[in-house]
Amino acid sequence: MAEPALSGSDAGSAVRLRGVAKTYDSGVAALGPLDLDVASGEFVSLLGPSGCGKSTALRLIAGLSRPSAGTVELSHHGTEQRGSHRIGFVFQEPTLMPWANVRDNVRLPLKLAHAPAADADARIAAALDQVGLADFAGAYPRELSGGMRMRVSLARALVTDPDILLMDEPFAALDEITRFRLNNDLLSLWRNLHKTVIFVTHSVFESVYLSQRVIVMTARPGRIGAEFRITSPEPRGEEFRTSAEYAAFCREVSGALAPSYAGQAGA
Amino acid sequence: MKSPQDLVRFLLPLAVFAAGLVLWEAIVRAYDIQPYVLPSPLLVLKTLVADWPILSQSLGVTLLTTLEGFVAAAVGGVVLALLFNQSKWLEYSLFPYAVVLQVTPVIAIAPLLLIYLQQQTAVIVCAWIVAFFPVLSNTTLGLNSVDRNLAGLFQLYGASKLQALLFLKLPAALPYILGGLRIAGGLSLIGAVVAEIAAGSAGAGSGLAFRIAESGYRLNIPRMFAALLLLSLAGIVIYGLLALVSHLLLRRWHESALGKDN
Repeated sequence: MAEPALSGSDAGSAVRLRGVAKTYDSGVAALGPLDLDVASGEFVSLLGPSGCGKSTALRLIAGLSRPSAGTVELSHHGTEQRGSHRIGFVFQEPTLMPWANVRDNVRLPLKLAHAPAADADARIAAALDQVGLADFAGAYPRELSGGMRMRVSLARALVTDPDILLMDEPFAALDEITRFRLNNDLLSLWRNLHKTVIFVTHSVFESVYLSQRVIVMTARPGRIGAEFRITSPEPRGEEFRTSAEYAAFCREVSGALAPSYAGQAGA
Repeated sequence: MKSPQDLVRFLLPLAVFAAGLVLWEAIVRAYDIQPYVLPSPLLVLKTLVADWPILSQSLGVTLLTTLEGFVAAAVGGVVLALLFNQSKWLEYSLFPYAVVLQVTPVIAIAPLLLIYLQQQTAVIVCAWIVAFFPVLSNTTLGLNSVDRNLAGLFQLYGASKLQALLFLKLPAALPYILGGLRIAGGLSLIGAVVAEIAAGSAGAGSGLAFRIAESGYRLNIPRMFAALLLLSLAGIVIYGLLALVSHLLLRRWHESALGKDN
């Protein structure tokens, strides 16, 4: 029954889960118990079938939901300035306010924290620049493509300069080309900004391409089934997608994922 | 009016209207129907012009009542919905009474209100009673239709209850609120008319509905038609204005206000 604690008990790890489990009021065991350490600056993917609780794990880390058992600890460092926030969250949907334009959508976290306006404007401009949307600040979400909306969502998560970026199948609804481009952009952002990223996906290919570490989860209630270190060097680009090394990792991870689907009807 | 089809949609009802008037005029003339049975459209128009001083004054009275009832309904409906949204207890305690007020025919309540309240107040209360419910129920629906992930986002960034209300719930509910207001505009006119008629038969009042009742007693049928015409026009203008406001507020972002090809 723990709030995400602020103690930096382990200097190297940004996120630390111990015995975390989630059981819904209906009695359905969704997750765990789960032990997980994510190092500061690491890119980790949680990979698993639908309904395995990987999104639940993310919501628990974000503090959007309370664990039924166990503890969630987030390390805390860096300067505390108004409108900075430890966690940036990118949902499966862009989750933008349709009544506000791009600039005001990105402004939201700063506005809620009463950040000074001049400072906010500069940070919004920087965040939009990072995702390549500097020219679309005045547009409304309705006027943007799916990929651009996701970029806005990403800019909103980055504007608070979070230590940890939590991403819940953010690119699942996009077409393949757009998805690849966003994958590359995300990787270069991660390299430049040194964020800790926890990325939930059900795509083996996406998880291997992006991550330093892939954690394969079992079917409900989700637990860690297998773990892979993707040792391929950075920076990764399109040539990595077609390399033998990438194919080998994908085959290995797919093999570990297969048992998670075994018990599922229609899988 | 962008395409020929829009033009047709605009002109067709006007053509039907004109044809109806011509037919009406022709029948009245052909059968020499007396004005106290059925006045011709031209006579109605002449009466409208001749009686304009009286009728315009009455129109003003009715419109003012409607406006007061509408504002009371809009404010009352939205505020009640907000209170209900903040406190389940309040909602459970009071919502059934809102329903009771809504389902009881206002024409049956009006005479009672006229006994206990001053006439002007009673008329406004009538307009309020008919008009507030659509605002209340639509606003409630809107406040409950907030995107779950957006609500989660506000929670994540530590939004206060007031911030969540102002920046999330109210904007999300806006299309619903505007839909409720569009219904309430027409209904508050109905409420005002019903109360005026109820009051008029008791022998006081000066609104348009009172003019209709009064002209009926005096067999001044052309004036009845003229007053009815004004009421109908007032209703159309009210609806048009509210639809315009709704369009202006929603055009950049809401599905309902966007073109089909967008």
